[in-house]
Amino acid sequence: MNQVLERSIDIHALTKKDFESSQAVRWCPGCGDHALLTQIQKLLPTLDAPRENYAFISGIGCSSRFPYYLETYGMHSIHGRAPAIASGLKLARPELSVWVVTGDGDALAIGGNHFIHAMRRNIGIKIVLLNNRIYGLTKGQASPTSEIGQKTKTTPYGNIDRPFNPVAVAIGAGASFVARAVDTDLANLGAILKQAAVHRGTAFVEVLQNCNMFADGTYEALTDKTKRDDARIVLEHGKPMIFGKQRDKGIRLNGLTPEVVTLGTDNVSETDLLVHDEASPNSSLAFLLSQLHSPELPVPLGIFRKVCLPAYEELCAEQSAAVVAEKGAGNLQSLLQGGASWLVTETH
Amino acid sequence: MSTISAGEGTGASAVVAAPHRLIQETESIVIRFVGDSGDGMQLTGGEFARIMGRSGHDFATHPDYPPEISAPTGTLFGVSGFQIQLASGNALTSGDRPDLLVVMNPAALASNLSDARPGATLVVNSGAFTGANLEKAGYRGNPLEDGSLDDYRVLSVDMSGLTAQALADSGLGKKEISRCKNYFALGLMLSLFGESPDEQIDEIRNKFGKSNPQSAEANIVAMRAGYAYGDASELIASVYHVPQAHLPPGKYRTITGNQGAALGFVAASERSGIPLFLGSYPITPATDILHELSLHKNFNVKTFQAEDEIAAICAAIGASYGGALGLTTTSGPGMALKTEALGLAVMLELPLVVVNVQRAGPSTGLPTKVEQADLLQAVYGRNGECPVPVIAASSPADCFDCALEAFRLAVKYMTPVILLSDGGIANSAEPWRIPEVDSLPEFKVSYRTEPAGYQPYARDENLARAWVVPGTPGMEHRIGGLEKDYLSGNISHAPANHQRMVETRAAKVAGMVRDIPATQVVGPASGALLLLSWGGTYGAVAKARAEAEARGLAVAHVHLRHLNPLPADLGEILSRYPVVLVPELNLGQLARIVRETYLREVVSLPKVQGKPFMVSELVTRILELTCGEPA
Repeated sequence: MNQVLERSIDIHALTKKDFESSQAVRWCPGCGDHALLTQIQKLLPTLDAPRENYAFISGIGCSSRFPYYLETYGMHSIHGRAPAIASGLKLARPELSVWVVTGDGDALAIGGNHFIHAMRRNIGIKIVLLNNRIYGLTKGQASPTSEIGQKTKTTPYGNIDRPFNPVAVAIGAGASFVARAVDTDLANLGAILKQAAVHRGTAFVEVLQNCNMFADGTYEALTDKTKRDDARIVLEHGKPMIFGKQRDKGIRLNGLTPEVVTLGTDNVSETDLLVHDEASPNSSLAFLLSQLHSPELPVPLGIFRKVCLPAYEELCAEQSAAVVAEKGAGNLQSLLQGGASWLVTETH
Repeated sequence: MSTISAGEGTGASAVVAAPHRLIQETESIVIRFVGDSGDGMQLTGGEFARIMGRSGHDFATHPDYPPEISAPTGTLFGVSGFQIQLASGNALTSGDRPDLLVVMNPAALASNLSDARPGATLVVNSGAFTGANLEKAGYRGNPLEDGSLDDYRVLSVDMSGLTAQALADSGLGKKEISRCKNYFALGLMLSLFGESPDEQIDEIRNKFGKSNPQSAEANIVAMRAGYAYGDASELIASVYHVPQAHLPPGKYRTITGNQGAALGFVAASERSGIPLFLGSYPITPATDILHELSLHKNFNVKTFQAEDEIAAICAAIGASYGGALGLTTTSGPGMALKTEALGLAVMLELPLVVVNVQRAGPSTGLPTKVEQADLLQAVYGRNGECPVPVIAASSPADCFDCALEAFRLAVKYMTPVILLSDGGIANSAEPWRIPEVDSLPEFKVSYRTEPAGYQPYARDENLARAWVVPGTPGMEHRIGGLEKDYLSGNISHAPANHQRMVETRAAKVAGMVRDIPATQVVGPASGALLLLSWGGTYGAVAKARAEAEARGLAVAHVHLRHLNPLPADLGEILSRYPVVLVPELNLGQLARIVRETYLREVVSLPKVQGKPFMVSELVTRILELTCGEPA
């Protein structure tokens, strides 16, 4: 029985089914979290690693139930701390593919410190933030990404707390991979997750996700098929920034200020437009793009920044190897002995 | 005022010494070095202790320094002290009151004189007794001249001036030269104790000769000058001689509690065969463990300076999940921050060691001062029914053994373990008999890799679940902080399951009592009074018991290492003594636990002054309780 089981694990090609756990998915029907789960379950079998090498760590919140539904190693930990736990796991076991699934409250309120320090270190964990601009699990309180004026149970007269922009926070903290996707745009979400999975160092993906219970329609402008193409721009590396249903609009820089222009009018052509460069070592362009918001400007989706920097766990391993090369592998007996010891002989 | 002369002191006898010298023999002596926090008193004291240890003495030290890194010079709040007891028997503590005070400036004299024994010897740097320094210390006149020190033996030496003279041709600036006067003091002290400085000179050259040759040579010159001064001075009529201690034969070194803990953790990795991972955030007085382990990257050791205390423990939990020995080190305020994550570790049932090097609290409290007031926090301080085993180290050397013991228990029972140390033993030093690696306890760890029949929360005979690490094929599973099903580990809200899990977690920790060796009673198996202590008070309490015994009292002593669970035989032992005295550097926390556990009265002796117990304080209370009269 045993041998059969082992062999079956070894030989058959993994499919989405292999990544579905036995646990019933308990998110509300229509919740955007389902989309991410499906995309991850589809993505993982296409990657190189065996199933046992994936570990998904989460904190607290609706999105943090994620690991229970995925047939990999997983830990549903405590509020905001998933990046810290994932960092320890990655350092201990660099060969694993370690993911964090988090939400706007988990990552940006209670866990804000761990979130920014993960970016700063560029440690090889993948952080997917499901941003629904609300606390869902506690049934509808304002979150650090709730919009000004948003009415929630804790802001019945409208939110007066300026929201975080997760992409801007990540870029500001020095992230080497920053992307944004919409929960309903499955093709783009899947493609971005795939790039995040193979990125060296910390990869951050913000998923704009609709909570149909407590903040329904918060991203309607970006998802409604009749409006969305004018409200969003899909970033493509090396390409001029063009958007709109007719693909006739573009983004041009006026000094340091981005503005929307219409191609073909006022002598505006593609060559006047801003060209996306996700690989720029300087994060200025990525940060500038992170500041674009509707309705004046289209909301960028796609990869803002993707640069190659050494990952923390690599530096850690290199440093240990260098110390071993210099001092030799540790010898416990001589370590205990220390620098200056003395001998006490038999006394009488 | 009198200088030391022949025939004074206990058991004085004339033996070998320079012709004009007599030897003053004593079983033990307490020395305190005091000066500005920039005067290098910690270094001088530590080096003096090490040299005396090397020449066969037992010793115990206690540093007492201000929290400021470099307080304004000459001020009372900037005074730093380092106390050493040298003994031919067991030193055990750094001693109650100094017999010999090495004083580097007026502020140090003003703030330490009242601690010294009546008639103590004062070795004073008269060069620092300037008008400005005297004023800063609150003196109207110069105590070296106004007769106010007539009850002491004063050896007044212009250490500042003589150091400057000795280094006049060194090419060093005034400031650098001034920094060498502690080595002059060290040389002078070596001559007072008849110890040659030669070995020390070799060591300075070996240690700093390459990296900083100029300052190494300057310190050597200053030390030689101090030694020569002491050797030649007519003022010094006798040298001290403390007979060699009867230490068990072996190789010895000096060790502090934090060093001991760090080395113990490296040893735990070696003896378990799996890597050590330390997640830590700097906090006094625990940081030296992080410093020490950060050096040993050529061992199977990873250190991670996290962004905060919470990240530090969480990273350690993550590493444990990955199959490492997860460790986090902190002090009281950091312990408070780690509480939620510690609860998670209890739910996850992963091995983890949390070191709390206690300091005086609450809140920021007295960061550099000793207290043991986090016991109740360790045993009870979490939400929910959240049992965590707690052990406490009793001395610097014991920190090594406890570090190994903590991980042995953590992996055997798949549980977090709290190891309590304190700011006293963490920074104190004593001679440590270096163990043979082969003699250390071995606890080889194996992860479960067999998928057949695997249930994440199935338990062995110790109620420990199996350690299965990510990367193991066919055993993918989820764990988390939500209550879990008794076997599968899947989320369960079933009422009966929760009760079963709460009781099982409690039973697992309670069952660790089987791992606790029989309690050692020092002294009579029954008698008038039992001293019950834990943690860093060991030395003072053991000494107090010996003194009580010397006075003919039937006093016994039990010192606890395991505080949760308590040893199985403790209740029966307590019942053999009408009076149980529990001295603690808190307001009676162990006393409370003992009362609650055994439903018997105990006498609490609390002290919360940021200072360790003096033996005399304990003896006084013992006499009150046994003879009904104050000493």
